[in-house]
Amino acid sequence: MALTDHRPLQPPLDVSDLAGNRRRRRREGRIRRFFLAAALSSLVISALIVGSLAIEAGRFLLSVDPAALWTTGWFPREGFFDIKTLLVATLIVTSVAMVVAGPIGFATAVYLSEYAGARTRRILKPVLETLAGVPSVVLGFFALTWISPHIVQGIRPAAPLSNLASAGLGVAVLTIPLVASVSEDAMSSVPRALREASAGLGARRMTTSLRVVFPAAVSGLVAAAILATSRAIGETMVVLIAGGADQAQFTASPFQPSLTMTAAMASLAGGSDAVVGQGNAYQSLFFVGMLLFLITLGLNIVANRIVRRVRQKY
Amino acid sequence: MAFGQVLDAGTADRVKASLAGGRDVRGVLFRVVLQLALLFTVVILAALLVQVLTLGWETLATRLGDFLTAESRSRAKEAGVFQGLRGTLWIGVVTTLVAFPLGISAAVYLEEYAPKNRMTRFIELNIRNLAGVPSVVYGILAYTIFVTLLRPVTGGKTALSGALAVAVLVLPVIIITSAEAIRAVPDSLREAGFGVGATRWEVIRSHVLPYAAPGILTGTLLSLGRALGEAAPLILVGAVAGSVGYSGGLLDPGQLREQFTAMPIVIATWSTNARPGFDQITAAAIVVLLVVVLLANATAIVLRNRFEKKR
Repeated sequence: MALTDHRPLQPPLDVSDLAGNRRRRRREGRIRRFFLAAALSSLVISALIVGSLAIEAGRFLLSVDPAALWTTGWFPREGFFDIKTLLVATLIVTSVAMVVAGPIGFATAVYLSEYAGARTRRILKPVLETLAGVPSVVLGFFALTWISPHIVQGIRPAAPLSNLASAGLGVAVLTIPLVASVSEDAMSSVPRALREASAGLGARRMTTSLRVVFPAAVSGLVAAAILATSRAIGETMVVLIAGGADQAQFTASPFQPSLTMTAAMASLAGGSDAVVGQGNAYQSLFFVGMLLFLITLGLNIVANRIVRRVRQKY
Repeated sequence: MAFGQVLDAGTADRVKASLAGGRDVRGVLFRVVLQLALLFTVVILAALLVQVLTLGWETLATRLGDFLTAESRSRAKEAGVFQGLRGTLWIGVVTTLVAFPLGISAAVYLEEYAPKNRMTRFIELNIRNLAGVPSVVYGILAYTIFVTLLRPVTGGKTALSGALAVAVLVLPVIIITSAEAIRAVPDSLREAGFGVGATRWEVIRSHVLPYAAPGILTGTLLSLGRALGEAAPLILVGAVAGSVGYSGGLLDPGQLREQFTAMPIVIATWSTNARPGFDQITAAAIVVLLVVVLLANATAIVLRNRFEKKR
């Protein structure tokens, strides 16, 4: 009978047959090493970033007169490297950006995650994504030709066309989509059961949003704010175009033009005599780059740690 | 005992009133505030588009062909964006050829091969931190490595150096988005492949990558949009702010080894030029760049929406 007729396999299988053929295994190993090399390229890039910044920044610190780091303005070609000019201008632009982008981004996230229906989301998400895709040079032009004359000079008519406040508002527009999308992720990951429990106790939607979802998602919202701050500090083109990059005198007023760290780097590199040759001016570029790198890296590490903790919680 | 007797008359009335839902003034106000915040974003985007379209309209309507084929000149009426378009085109080509394969390969390693150990976690953390490094810092990297150290290969301040700078800049984002797309591939698919005796690479090639392709494509297209609009690293690498000496055609790869400019550089340079007519041609150049960048983004968004619907 056919069903009982099971002859043994000829020749019988042993363990080495299950290991697969050797050429196939060798090819498998080559492919694996190729992918590993691709993944390791990111480590190489990090090492190169740190290396290229640290060497010249170190030379700058060794050769510069410490008094030149605390004077009245940033004029690298004349030997004035006033760090506080750059730091204060960066602080002003970032503060203006976050004061505007924070609340608007959070409100957008609350609306998208707690109020909006599927159809509203389908319309609004692409609007935010479009805004996120607008290149920063475009925002720079918009800040200089629209935000400055219509908004900033509306508040303070005496302000010059290029000023830090317009640059800050331009950066705010750039960071709103980032704040909104990271916070919306945080709020969407709050379990539905929490909302239902709150609604079951008779809470209205506003109470549920503010007293239940918001506190549950708060670390994600903090992470969103930190990431956006880091992005605002590192934003270059808006500030270069709208912030008045040719004016490097110290100022603490948002209605005056000044230089942020990023704009100082770009205007030094893009100046008519470019970053050729030696001298402190060339090396100061790396020093400012190093500062910028350390500040944004610190913020990103904190934010990433918070985001990861939030993921583990729910 | 009758149910009604449990509550006294006053409480029953209050419960009835609150169940009927009186006017929730604060709730309505809150909703309006949220909607205003959204409206702000929409209005800003609309104002931006209206601003560049009205300013740039005359140039685009009267001399579009000339504007796209002329070189950068000091008189606004004769200036065009040809050299910027050429530079941006080649930056896009190199980014596609360098960053996409490298980024997707790294993502494949992290999701399909990497053991769950400290080394892998360190690589992943490192990539996330790289994604947050300001673009101007990538410019410094590119200046030191591509312009100075690798001058024999790149030719110094050339389009190739600029393109490599941008490729390195978008690499972490490509890795992150591709890894997310690969992670979303169900394990049952992989197991089916292994079950019929396929090796890991065969499973990746025949099952994982085809399934993850739309997600990977979405991420890479968004990165391409970002790459084309990036200006800061190009300034550090030494993109030319005015007219470029090189006179090859749009598709001439010789551009890669020559000094260059790009659309974002053209826009940045023109936008701070106070001479009459420059506002208008800057706006026109922005419209050209936005068409290119938003086309890449729109394709990505449409692709993702179709892909999400299918699941």
